[in-house]
Amino acid sequence: MSMLHTVNKSPFEKDSMNSCLRLSADGSSILLIEDGVFAAQEGTVVSDSVKEAMKSKKVYALQEDINARGVQGKVMDGIELVDYAGFVKLVTEHDKVQSWV
Amino acid sequence: MKLSIQVNEGPYQHQATDSAYNFTKAAIEAGHEIFRVFFYHDGVNNGTRYTTPPQDDRNIVDRWSELSAEHDLDLVLCVAAAQRRGLVDEGEQERNKKDGNNIAPGFRISGLGQLIEAGIQSDRLVVFGD
Repeated sequence: MSMLHTVNKSPFEKDSMNSCLRLSADGSSILLIEDGVFAAQEGTVVSDSVKEAMKSKKVYALQEDINARGVQGKVMDGIELVDYAGFVKLVTEHDKVQSWV
Repeated sequence: MKLSIQVNEGPYQHQATDSAYNFTKAAIEAGHEIFRVFFYHDGVNNGTRYTTPPQDDRNIVDRWSELSAEHDLDLVLCVAAAQRRGLVDEGEQERNKKDGNNIAPGFRISGLGQLIEAGIQSDRLVVFGD
């Protein structure tokens, strides 16, 4: 069973991204939305833990929220950008959705 | 696929309600059925028709009402959350002896059971909040 996790908080503001990385099962997917997209940036204090997670989990980020915050061009390799249609598709492709707020 | 959405935040407060709206719209466009949108906690503030944002800002309440009218969406406000925050429909006005009501078109007030039912009846429940 695969689960989609959404994270909407900056990892520099709240610990929910860390909790998600720690508690999500291997093979699950993580979608960064709203301020959660800051975790997608290269060269931050959380970049290494996100890269580590990407060995066993797939990480996505919402393009619209990336653009709104001007972090396009700083997104780590391996993170796939999706639009809202892609968000919907991810929801339907996974068995369950867990929102980390 | 049958989807339900839970919104826990009010309009103009946090991006959650904008994200929920964009997601709902995209899901409809992709051909999915929206079983229900349930507004909980401060999310009930999405349902007052007295909202009057500046002309150059989006009208979050009208946007939900319009989407509901176009696609027959079931927009439900949690009754306990609504009572605390002064969201009133005709039934609640009568029951609690209020001098008016403020619920926006397309919304209705009901209980938490509606959220549970949405969870059971839908293939997926997606939560937006702060």
